[in-house]
Amino acid sequence: MSEQLWMPSAKVATLRQRAMILQKIRAFFAERDVMEVETPSLCAASVTDAHLATFSTEYIGPGNSAGLPLYLQTSPEFAMKRLLAAGSGAIYQIAKAFRNEESGKHHNPEFTMLEWYRPDFDEFALMTEMNELMVHILDCQPCTSISYQQVFMDVLAIDPLSVGLDELKVEAAKYGYGDIAAVETQRDTLLQLLFCMEIEPKIGQQAPCFVYHFPASQAALAQLCADDKRVAGRFELYYKGMELANGFNELTDATEQATRFTQDNHLRVEMGLSPVDIDKHFLDALDYGLPACSGVALGIDRLIMLATGKSTIKDVIAFDIARA
Amino acid sequence: MANYSTNEFKGGLKIMLDGEPCAILENEMVKPGKGQAFNRVKIRKLISGKVLEKTFKSGDSVEGADVMDTDLAYLYTDGEFWHFMNNETFEQIAADEKAVGENVKWLVENDVCTITLWNGSPIAVAPPNFVELEITETDPGLKGDTAGTGGKPATLITGAVVRVPLFVQIGEVIKVDTRTSEYQGRVK
Repeated sequence: MSEQLWMPSAKVATLRQRAMILQKIRAFFAERDVMEVETPSLCAASVTDAHLATFSTEYIGPGNSAGLPLYLQTSPEFAMKRLLAAGSGAIYQIAKAFRNEESGKHHNPEFTMLEWYRPDFDEFALMTEMNELMVHILDCQPCTSISYQQVFMDVLAIDPLSVGLDELKVEAAKYGYGDIAAVETQRDTLLQLLFCMEIEPKIGQQAPCFVYHFPASQAALAQLCADDKRVAGRFELYYKGMELANGFNELTDATEQATRFTQDNHLRVEMGLSPVDIDKHFLDALDYGLPACSGVALGIDRLIMLATGKSTIKDVIAFDIARA
Repeated sequence: MANYSTNEFKGGLKIMLDGEPCAILENEMVKPGKGQAFNRVKIRKLISGKVLEKTFKSGDSVEGADVMDTDLAYLYTDGEFWHFMNNETFEQIAADEKAVGENVKWLVENDVCTITLWNGSPIAVAPPNFVELEITETDPGLKGDTAGTGGKPATLITGAVVRVPLFVQIGEVIKVDTRTSEYQGRVK
């Protein structure tokens, strides 16, 4: 079988649908006075997240004859927060994001992300706006929502906030993940395993489903909840077996953020990865003052898969990595 | 044998699992919005033939299996072993009943079969997609029948039973698709 690799992986008709959806998204934000912005794809700093692999390159030119290391962004989050700190107000961006080592039915190493930020919104206000966008684009039932703790209890009868590592290992083994569980030292890895494999396929089948209040240990860049420090203002959206979006009630405290970056780097070393230089511009912006806000990143390619009924990401992008 | 990281997983890769050589059929990456990625892999155990799903933590490594396919001509059976020969080197290999399995009914002398070797020993024998075999037993059919209507069972010289059109008779040699056990036509 000789595949014509010069040809697009998506049908032209699908790309036309894609263009229409992008227009609708831009109109949605224009109506709400959210400003479209563009930030660099090439960044001087990478991310500390131990589960993200970046692409790196080098800038050689005036002022940098010896070569300046640069990284392709894994999301436009840090740059957009710098704009918010500089007083941009509500902003959105449709940007290319790059993640090494990620390829499959739902992953392409280069993909398109819709990311937007709303000053003075908490995560629930942002979920409400996101629901409007979902219904507008997908013509679906209104989104449902459930807390991380509740969905674990409903589907697996485990309380993810109190369960210990040993107990989690026993639970994971019950579902056939004994080999992974036996040597695992991170509680969160087993929670993520059970969530991905056993919970995700069972939620958001009829209507998109928000899962909110992720455990504090998986807060990433979200604030902890003031009334329950065990959980964070982080949510995700799932629909028809796909993870569509991740949102935060954004952490604005520079000191706390620096501590989390350092913890990430400790985890990286524990996992045998090299530590990553912390993004100083981003921390300086937090130090200067990030307004209280919530933000969310949504995988546009997956949204378009759902809107067009396609089952693989290459069916909705012009050229997948095999044709790049 | 080399170890393979999950990044090297792809259809056809041979790995060891629970002490048994396996072939990866499908590999799919599963990743939460934030956090650890996993590989959900569909695997066929090469000895038992069982197909199962297995999840790995992305970045983990598994031991490769020293498994290779080789094309050998079937010679004969002594009742205990089935003997095959490499037509170029004339080297011979004997496969036991477990390795030959159900495919014993498709073994035709001099046909080139694909033998799967694990650490040099045969663990599976795959016949060619099409074989030609003589009918040893079938009911006499009605005259005037054409292919595609009804049919009848016919026993072949190796013991295999396939459905054939009514006009096909004992003593005739027919072509059969070994993957589906379907009659393809008469051989003149």
